[in-house]
Amino acid sequence: MTQSVVVQVGQCGNQVGCRFWDLALREHAAVNKKGIYDEALSSFFRNALLIDMEEGVVNEILQGPLREVFDSKQLITDVSGSGNNWAVGHKQYGNQYREHIVEKLRRTAEHCDCLQCFFVIHSMGGGTGSGLGTFVLNVLEDEFPEVYRFVTSVYPSGEDDVITSPYNSVLAMKELNEHADCVLPIENESLFSIVSKIHQMTNSGKLGSTVKQNSLLTLSAGRIKTEQEKPFDAMNNIVANLLLNLTSSARFEGSLNMDLNEVSMNLVPFPRLHYLVSSLTPLYTLADVNVPSRRLDQMFSDAFSKDHQLIQADPKHSLYLACALLVRGNVQVSDLRRNIERLKPSLHFVSWNQEGWKTGLCSVPPVGHSHSLLALANNTCVKPTFIELKDRFMKLYKKKAHLHHYLHVDGMEQSCFSEAISSLSDLIEEYSQLDATKGVPRTDPSRLKIAV
Amino acid sequence: MSIVTVQLGQCGNQIGYEVFNAICRDFHSTHGLCSKKENESYQAASKERFFSEEETGVPVARAVLVDMEPKVISQTLSRAARSGLWKYDHQSHFCQKQGSGNNWANGYSVHGPRYRDVIMNLVQKEAEKCDRLSGFFTVMSMAGGTGSGMGTFVTQCLRDAFPTSFILNQVIWPYGTGEVIVQNYNSVLTLSHLYQSSDALLVHENDAIHKICAQLMNIKKISFGDVNQVIAHQLGSVFQPTYASEGASQYSRSPLGDLMESLVPHPEFKMLGLRNIPQMSENSLAYSTFTWPGLIKHLRQMLIANATMEEGINWQVRPPLPGHPVPQKASPNKAQHFNTSIANLVVLRGKDVQSVDLGVFREPALYTSWLNPQDAVNVWKTPRAFNKYEKSAALVSNSQFLLKLTDNIVGKAWNMFASKAYLHQYTKFGIEEEDFLDSFTTLEQVISSYASL
Repeated sequence: MTQSVVVQVGQCGNQVGCRFWDLALREHAAVNKKGIYDEALSSFFRNALLIDMEEGVVNEILQGPLREVFDSKQLITDVSGSGNNWAVGHKQYGNQYREHIVEKLRRTAEHCDCLQCFFVIHSMGGGTGSGLGTFVLNVLEDEFPEVYRFVTSVYPSGEDDVITSPYNSVLAMKELNEHADCVLPIENESLFSIVSKIHQMTNSGKLGSTVKQNSLLTLSAGRIKTEQEKPFDAMNNIVANLLLNLTSSARFEGSLNMDLNEVSMNLVPFPRLHYLVSSLTPLYTLADVNVPSRRLDQMFSDAFSKDHQLIQADPKHSLYLACALLVRGNVQVSDLRRNIERLKPSLHFVSWNQEGWKTGLCSVPPVGHSHSLLALANNTCVKPTFIELKDRFMKLYKKKAHLHHYLHVDGMEQSCFSEAISSLSDLIEEYSQLDATKGVPRTDPSRLKIAV
Repeated sequence: MSIVTVQLGQCGNQIGYEVFNAICRDFHSTHGLCSKKENESYQAASKERFFSEEETGVPVARAVLVDMEPKVISQTLSRAARSGLWKYDHQSHFCQKQGSGNNWANGYSVHGPRYRDVIMNLVQKEAEKCDRLSGFFTVMSMAGGTGSGMGTFVTQCLRDAFPTSFILNQVIWPYGTGEVIVQNYNSVLTLSHLYQSSDALLVHENDAIHKICAQLMNIKKISFGDVNQVIAHQLGSVFQPTYASEGASQYSRSPLGDLMESLVPHPEFKMLGLRNIPQMSENSLAYSTFTWPGLIKHLRQMLIANATMEEGINWQVRPPLPGHPVPQKASPNKAQHFNTSIANLVVLRGKDVQSVDLGVFREPALYTSWLNPQDAVNVWKTPRAFNKYEKSAALVSNSQFLLKLTDNIVGKAWNMFASKAYLHQYTKFGIEEEDFLDSFTTLEQVISSYASL
């Protein structure tokens, strides 16, 4: 069995990471009861590194129910924070803690007899997650070049209260472009609307007691919503579920396994186009034991609707480069095929990948659900997010607003900014070129001719 | 003589399990419909071919299980053991932890060479357990990374280590609308390389088997288990013991050799298709009766109209009349294209096989002119019924069955190649654009050869 190491950086990264471990342990405990895979499963999850430049969040974790899981060897903390400054996180703390970080990573890697993947969880808009998080990404590439780097990045929304979040995000983007194998972008707005939708549905009484206990996508481990739950917990649980589902096929059996190296292989046709839009369905499971096909089919349809994506994007109206469907639970290959056939006509795929579907079937559903679907799309619908980011950046940059806070950090220069925005512009251009091919009548390249 | 099976990758191991299971259940079956002596002879031959004996009396499959990750093999070994009827040799497997990531280059250039010695040792051990080795049967899919890439490498190693043994590659053609996005690349690389080292490629298409499950077996929620069981049934119906010639007193000792001799007269033409009739759910079996003329008529039309099952056959397709020229250079895309054969093998099992008249299969119009019509058709028979079917017939055909499929897959792969998508994933493991071009060239040649039959 392969192992993954989770590196959670900054406030957001640690809060999401915390939710992840909570749910992972729950999944582990549920399977454990049946007596299968106990040790192997726990070894998958023993590997975490928590990094934060202020102590508040990490301390809370260490006092909460997860204190048994982590020990001090897995932490790197400081006291003053990064002041929402990418340069402080990346250049200052990066250099200061490099040795430390490498040492702890090496130690965690030694516990793994087959390390396949690093999961980095962070936000883009702040200083630590964004700056130090991307610094760690560089370190991972230098020290462990063979190990895949999957990054879960929370992007800032337009009304973000951190004024310099566009700077931080664009500077971080350059690092993601160059050093990540796959990026799963997440936007808080999307998480928020999903949470609201679930709230609405469960409180409207329309579904009442037919909603299966413990099956809400937003639930924390083993608890129905209590007052102790913090406002971001529900949103963070969604991201945690994303990571659980992504790794499910590596941990559990199924008739068509889909490992993490397969995700990277199939969904990244060109090295820089590695941004994957994700969706998780269903948001909750109804109590029916035998799920009628219609409901199953609804799960597939929802996976492609813009309301279920974890960023503000509409994949149906943009161009697919590739798409992966990982199904868990009592779903068979015929259900998968039927739905692919059904949905295909309404989706636009790039001309050289008309049937670009990667599928996986995992027999074990998430706790409390009878089935679930994770869809990952390499789709040009990420472009608007990047364009907006660029626009917000330019608004500040043109006026040179707040630049001095960055430039006075050792190692930081104006060229860092110009290179970063240039990297982002190039990326946007690549997506635009692909978009331009959408709807253009297809002319297949002529085949090789053989002399008879 | 015995066959050693090498199960490669998830698909190969899942199918391999079903095949041994089907064979074992068949020879335990009490529906043999023949004399006790005949049945005993059949059982002994089948056992010797596929299983070795252990002191406990539980038959041990003659198989080597290979995969680059552990879950599937672990499941396969325990399922077999749980059946109580047979099992695998628990030493006879090799796995790693990481999988091949659906990357042919990873399977072929990295895992293959790295683990060649270990794997070939296991194969050698199995081969030594056989009194006489008829040859190797490898089971693999083309779409993934281990079965396809590593499977291709292993086939080459088998060829080098056992130059006089027969190698038959059982290859699974993936669903047209993806299981794996890079499946067309992986398939092209697999087919072109296997062509060099394999004696023949016996192909099963997921799409076709899926339809059989849906329409003939009436399965509502089709799982891979269902698909694999149909494939296992089809393979069993060819490779369970038979008498290979008229008046033979013993079950054939060399099924792979006989197959190659009958079907592969020329190394340019190695692609074999498999059809089977009748195919239905067990419930329906009890209520159905068949006549040999009916079965043979359907099977023949399945051959010439290239139908994959006994429903929905196009009865309009006819062989060209004698004296009329065969349509020149038939394009692979032409609908209603008559399927020209090089050679066919018909396997008949069950009641009254002696009475079966295969004249309609021997019509010269069905074949190219290279072989005598007598030599172009071979028949294997046994009065012993297979898997509860009172009468059953299987057809292994070297014909244009796979022409359109091959052309399609090469077309899609070429399309993707022209845009250079995913190439960086292959070049990082040592498969360069040139290697792709070589593969494309090989396959265009094969397509052209089959098209001009």
